[in-house]
Amino acid sequence: MFTIWELILQQTVNGLILGSFYALVALGYSMVYGIIKLLNFAHGDIFMVGAFVCFASFGVVSAALPGWPGIVISIVIAMIIAGIVGYLTQRFAYRPLIKAAAPRLSLLITAIGVSLIIYNAVMVITSSRTYFFQSGIEAAPLFQAGMFRLTDIQVILLTISASLMAGLTLMIKKTMVGKAMRAIALDRDTCRLMGINVNKIIGVTFFIGSALAAIASGMYNILYVNVSFSMGYMFGIKAFTAAVIGGIGSIPGAMLGGLLLGLLEAIGTQFVGSQWKDVFAFGLLIVILIFRPNGLMGKTEIERM
Amino acid sequence: MKLISKAYELMDNKLIRAGVLAAIFLIVASFPLYFNNHYINIMLIAMFYMLLALGLNVIVGYTGLCDLGYAAKFAIGAYTTGILVNVFEWSFWLTLPVSIAVSIVIAVIIGAPTLKLRSDYLAIVTLGFAEIVRITARNLSITGAASGLHGITRPELFGFRLTSFTHWFYVYLVLIVIFIIISFRIRHSRFGRALAFIREDEDAAQAMGVNTVLYKLYAYILGAVLGGITGSFYAVQMTSISPNSFDFTQSVNVLLAVILGGMGKIPGVIIGAAFFAIFPEIFRDIPFVGDMRMLFFGLLLVVVMINRPQGLWPDRLRANDKLPDKI
Repeated sequence: MFTIWELILQQTVNGLILGSFYALVALGYSMVYGIIKLLNFAHGDIFMVGAFVCFASFGVVSAALPGWPGIVISIVIAMIIAGIVGYLTQRFAYRPLIKAAAPRLSLLITAIGVSLIIYNAVMVITSSRTYFFQSGIEAAPLFQAGMFRLTDIQVILLTISASLMAGLTLMIKKTMVGKAMRAIALDRDTCRLMGINVNKIIGVTFFIGSALAAIASGMYNILYVNVSFSMGYMFGIKAFTAAVIGGIGSIPGAMLGGLLLGLLEAIGTQFVGSQWKDVFAFGLLIVILIFRPNGLMGKTEIERM
Repeated sequence: MKLISKAYELMDNKLIRAGVLAAIFLIVASFPLYFNNHYINIMLIAMFYMLLALGLNVIVGYTGLCDLGYAAKFAIGAYTTGILVNVFEWSFWLTLPVSIAVSIVIAVIIGAPTLKLRSDYLAIVTLGFAEIVRITARNLSITGAASGLHGITRPELFGFRLTSFTHWFYVYLVLIVIFIIISFRIRHSRFGRALAFIREDEDAAQAMGVNTVLYKLYAYILGAVLGGITGSFYAVQMTSISPNSFDFTQSVNVLLAVILGGMGKIPGVIIGAAFFAIFPEIFRDIPFVGDMRMLFFGLLLVVVMINRPQGLWPDRLRANDKLPDKI
């Protein structure tokens, strides 16, 4: 009688954590989609690059700084490198197409090409091996009731995710860069006329989105341990799904979509079976698109060039 | 440039065109006379890809929609036929209409809600749907779970059972010719021109009175049906199918063939498909190149999209045409 509620509670916490990772990656999709109307297919691979950089730098740093300080430093390194990779994809693959006002199909296909490049480059570099991230941190239960256990790691990860999302929201709402991003999303050409350096802002958007994905991947490493070249593919698609569920282009929507998707997956896995968990995610996507095509928090918008 | 226009002009002459096509057909049809089974088998793979590419070409090349889950379309055809033949012991030929019907229903379910929205949603929905199909096939018992269906009975044609590689070579050849005729007829019909208009400028098409949502849906259904038919034939040719034959890599390979080959241009698409089918066969055993090939294709895709978004097959340029301006 009690255990079922304890299980649901436990899965809710698990789902919220997984969901906050989805949300952080979904933010990158949503920001890029909002600003240049590109489904950045390579974003999931950026997440994977972040995980590998974090893994590699922790391998070096952990000797001197084990535990949390080492993890924080490796996540920061991962942020910077993933951000640079994200910026470079934008600079060399997408910018020429945006400049030529290429059709959106060409942009999308280019993104698939970029994804293939990163995925296969990492596959060759790591010889297709799966690595294990040993953080060396023991989870200490803060609260325990029967089957339900809340650990300090879970609380820390949730707090970090929540503050990142709050910070990003503030940045978009209050700073000049955020204002410029919102303006470019509305009308790129007018922004150029108003003296906004559009290319620079697009570059910054890619950098921030990729850095957020890298933070998510670092935290993901702590909980889920396995690091491999293929980890970004499904995760990225689901994060995009989360962005669409929330309403693409909407920042709070991406967060809500991520959390919902994480909850659905955790609870669905518990009660239906883990082999079906991807079916829930995509099933939900199709249902949302049928009944609420602009997502839960997206604005109704008519497609215009 | 001159040479290409000349070649296109020559092909405008009906007699020359018929002659060239007949010559190509006869040369290809005589392949089983000189090649052994090993090569015929590789050709079958190539022809199978050509069928898929011709089907996807209607969606991507003609209409400019992005379908990232084409593998699901042929999976549906293959499983429909496989289950009906294996479990219900139907004749293969009777399963074809069922497979077409199932493809249409699925295409409407996926296409109708998504095509009303931004076209790039279709990419993610088709991708998600392909995963749903693959996971469902892997977890249901009627689809044979992870190991798939085996021992699917090969069909008879006029009391003659299709068993050898050579038989299938001719079956696929006939199918390819039919698919090419369908593609060609579509391209040069009112419907095909409407699709081209949608691809080039959807807003303008709508302003001119083209029902864009309906036409996109028709194109999507047609592509799905061609994929379903190909899948049905694939199931009985291979006699066994498993969920792994329908993963994301398959969808990407077909997409690469259509895009790099030439986005809507039939010869380009066919050559693209042959290239993507045969390339791994040649380089599989060379360790470095084998691993690097997708990396290389990714690079090629980006470079082609930036410099030659219309694909590698040359476009027709009329005498006083300039190079197409970018908008």
